[in-house]
Amino acid sequence: MRNYDKLIFELSRPGRRGYSLPPLDVEMEDINNLIPENLQRKTDNRLPEVSENDIMRHYVNISNKNYGVDTGFYPLGSCTMKYNPKINEDMATFFQTLHPLQDENTVQGALKLMYELSEFLAEITGMAKVSLTPFAGAHGELAGMMIMKAYHEKHKDFKRTKVIVPDSAHGTNPASAAIAGFDIVEIKSNEDGTVNLEALKAALNDEIAGIMLTNPNTLGIFEKDILEITRLVHEAGGLLYYDGANLNAIMGEVRPGDMGFDIIHLNLHKTFSTPHGGGGPGSGPVGVRKHLVEFLPKPHIEFKDNKYILNCDCPDSIGRLGNFYGNFGVLVRAYTYILTMGKVGLKHASRMAVLNANYLETKLKDDYLLAIDGICKHECVFSGLNDKSTGVTALDVAKGLLEFGYHAPTIYFPLIVDQAIMIEPTETESLETLNEFVSIMKKIAQIAKEDPEYLKHAPYSTPVRRLDEAKAARNPILKYEEPHE
Amino acid sequence: MTYKYIPHTEEDIKTMLKEINAESIDCFFRDIPEEVKLNRDYNLPDSMSELDVVRRLQELRDLNTNNLVHFIGAGSYDHYIPSIIKHITSRSEYYTAYTPYQPEIAQGTLQYIFEYQTMICNLTGMDVSNASMYDGATSCAEAIMMATSITRRNKVLVSSTMHPHTIETIKTYGHYNGFDVVLLNHQDGLVTEDELVKQLNSEVACVVISNPNFFGLIENPETYVQKIHDNKSLLIMMVNPLSLGILKTPGEIGADIVCGEAQSLGIPLSFGGPYLGFLCTKKDYVRKMPGRICGQTTDVDGRRAFVLTLQAREQHIRREKANSNICSNQSLMALMTTVYLATMGKEGLKEVCLQNIQKAHYAYKKITALPNFEPVFTSPFFNEFVVKTNVDYEVIKEALLKENMMAGVHLGIYYEELKNHILFCVTEKRTKAEIDRLVQVLGGLK
Amino acid sequence: MKVLEGLYYSKEHEWVRVEGNKAYIGITDFATHSLGDIVYVELPELDAELAKNDVLGVVESVKAASDVYTPVSGVVVEVNEALADQPELLNEDPYTNYLAVLELTNESELEELMNSTEYEAFCENQ
Repeated sequence: MRNYDKLIFELSRPGRRGYSLPPLDVEMEDINNLIPENLQRKTDNRLPEVSENDIMRHYVNISNKNYGVDTGFYPLGSCTMKYNPKINEDMATFFQTLHPLQDENTVQGALKLMYELSEFLAEITGMAKVSLTPFAGAHGELAGMMIMKAYHEKHKDFKRTKVIVPDSAHGTNPASAAIAGFDIVEIKSNEDGTVNLEALKAALNDEIAGIMLTNPNTLGIFEKDILEITRLVHEAGGLLYYDGANLNAIMGEVRPGDMGFDIIHLNLHKTFSTPHGGGGPGSGPVGVRKHLVEFLPKPHIEFKDNKYILNCDCPDSIGRLGNFYGNFGVLVRAYTYILTMGKVGLKHASRMAVLNANYLETKLKDDYLLAIDGICKHECVFSGLNDKSTGVTALDVAKGLLEFGYHAPTIYFPLIVDQAIMIEPTETESLETLNEFVSIMKKIAQIAKEDPEYLKHAPYSTPVRRLDEAKAARNPILKYEEPHE
Repeated sequence: MTYKYIPHTEEDIKTMLKEINAESIDCFFRDIPEEVKLNRDYNLPDSMSELDVVRRLQELRDLNTNNLVHFIGAGSYDHYIPSIIKHITSRSEYYTAYTPYQPEIAQGTLQYIFEYQTMICNLTGMDVSNASMYDGATSCAEAIMMATSITRRNKVLVSSTMHPHTIETIKTYGHYNGFDVVLLNHQDGLVTEDELVKQLNSEVACVVISNPNFFGLIENPETYVQKIHDNKSLLIMMVNPLSLGILKTPGEIGADIVCGEAQSLGIPLSFGGPYLGFLCTKKDYVRKMPGRICGQTTDVDGRRAFVLTLQAREQHIRREKANSNICSNQSLMALMTTVYLATMGKEGLKEVCLQNIQKAHYAYKKITALPNFEPVFTSPFFNEFVVKTNVDYEVIKEALLKENMMAGVHLGIYYEELKNHILFCVTEKRTKAEIDRLVQVLGGLK
Repeated sequence: MKVLEGLYYSKEHEWVRVEGNKAYIGITDFATHSLGDIVYVELPELDAELAKNDVLGVVESVKAASDVYTPVSGVVVEVNEALADQPELLNEDPYTNYLAVLELTNESELEELMNSTEYEAFCENQ
């Protein structure tokens, strides 16, 4: 069924149905007496009419056009595509009938789980307190930047309207700071993506609210001057924000809190093994040091008088960031993962992730140009092929990998590396998988020399081939229209 | 040391280190300054076996009261969820995939997003939808930021009949992002044209109305939408999409941006998340939308194919000038809702809507006939309603919990003037027997 | 890469063609090549008064977006509506397809721009 290409709407036949409901068991009133006609819809809802079998086959067939971690190696840099443990999925079903506003006494288990998870994450990151409310990494960043602003506002320091972001940062960092109402001061990084101390010093003044960093940075390099950086920013009256995108590199070795960071966010869907779900749901807890706890989003989960409570009386909080308490189902998965791995296992995970990345770095550097020579952390970054004469781009290498049955690495990020190819193997991949990947990458480098055109038109045997993205953007078709319309 | 998710044997580690000429794993961490290293074990539990993990989670589960008969709604609704949904969403081809950056091997995800966008447009009567947002409250905040950007104005009129948590979320975003929130007073539970006209001026970017509103009542912005447009402001409607099986669509009403919480469409209660925000709008504003958008195109062989498009709006390209900082959507939740809507289909959605309305009205009639309970508002409602009582809320809640039922929320916690007012919810999932039992318990209280 | 004689050029890769007191403003061949397939062009509003270096518009390709800054001050008297439906015109012929026409308010600003020879040299160093 590889060539299956129907949309669900194209299976629709009037009169078919995929549902059953019990007959209405209360007395039926004329609907027009309950909802006046002028409040009722006049247009057709145009939903499909399909049988249950139709639906099942349809979504199974299109699922076959997808590639997941369970399909194969997914070395997508900066995304930490580690294996998603199955027991985590089972555990999430334990809590599905709980209503978020049901009586507090009837949800003590759920609140206890959240409380313990936030304690675990605080210990892992060296923070005083962690809020599980943010729905995703970007949402955690936004929460963090709001906390930074709330802190300065509390101290009546209204001049601090700017945030420093290195040019090696992910685009989400400046975007989150901007949504929180900050102006961005971009500073140039050193060649290895680390913070340029001179540029930092020049940018620091009494208008700077803080800085956003990730460590190891987007090139997989640890900021060796981190203590000097945190000292400089704190002396200038700013706060340091840690983007937890790369936490999988350092668990058990070093903690953001101990490096001097004031605010962090984590991605439970990266480091803590919860599935990416084809783009969500994720979870982006935000953690802070002691002096910022009061600003965490509302409500705060607390343990008082032998009972877990949702405390809404937190006057200095930045406020609510959503209707309820974050993506609880994702929290259950992360909690399950931490229990399974335990204190030593988490550290081991990071060490094996770093070993895998360094292994690939060394094995590939004869054919691909290393962006930075030297040890890396959990991911390694190349700047295209060593042989620049072939005209084969990072995109062509990526599409070649698709042809050979792999997911592509992240390409063209970080922006400061020309033709960036960013590979993050994670700890859950075996030596055999890495070796097979290396041999395919070498094969691609060989093809680039002998038959570059082959790569420029790859892939060939995927469910669809290269797409006309310009066409999609010039004349957007964003929904299905029935043919007769 | 072996862990089930980490395949490295001692032998593997030795081989790998040797192959790359590294003496130890520690040498990869040598660049970390000694004074910041942790140098101790985490203060965390030891690794647990699967059986022990399950026992621990069972203990936590059993500390909760599961499977209550819910007469509580207020933004999270206990509806029938067809079995097929979990069979589809538990396919790991879907849930272990990343955002569909490589469309050649992500057509499954891209296609259901395209179907999702189509269904959301058809339900709401709008032209274009994005690929989904975090939840209802954040979708509303994003809709407002979109409106302030389109109109280049920064005052926002928000109906006081919206979910209090959503209003709080909007205020959080407003405080930091820099838009001013002004609440519109209600009369008999509805926003009125008079109140709106009083507040409309040239600074107003948008008017935000929820439908049904927090009290379950059906607002009628059709009567004043022209005033909003004459003022060059936008109408944002935050709707419960399930209600659109029957209720007039925002498209028919003339809304400019539509957002909301789609948990009603096939997503379990799950203690408040993950849920599904949605956002759709008119064609003219498509490039002002936040978040992912999937579009149709062709591949080099001319086959129909789908791809993330209009990406130049987004943070990874525009950085601080992006429409929004949002990166992900709630993709898997969008799949749940897509399968739900495919399963219920054209007729099923209408029927489920009708049953909500009929059963809620049945319960309303019965409860308000009790001596200690009286009606509060007079206008039409969907599947939630407010009643006033002279019985203490705690007494009601405890009496119902004894019967494994959860009472509606006490509005007194949100509104000073609504002490002893309860917001009940009755969905299609409640049987006549359950409703009658509810009424019986309530009737026995003093 | 194509550079036309007789136009003024900015370091941001915009060109200016002067006719009387009107300035036609577009982006150069160098700019369209580095952007790739252009998919959308956002144009300024008519009658807008722009100072030098104000944002004149936005040009988007599939994977990039670039603000276009006006290299001269003036009032917008015409915008190239054709680009709204056919953004690809910029790829096809960047020098015929201007973005907007400004009525110049400060002609001396033209002196700060490059001529074609200077611009060619500038691009080679990019």
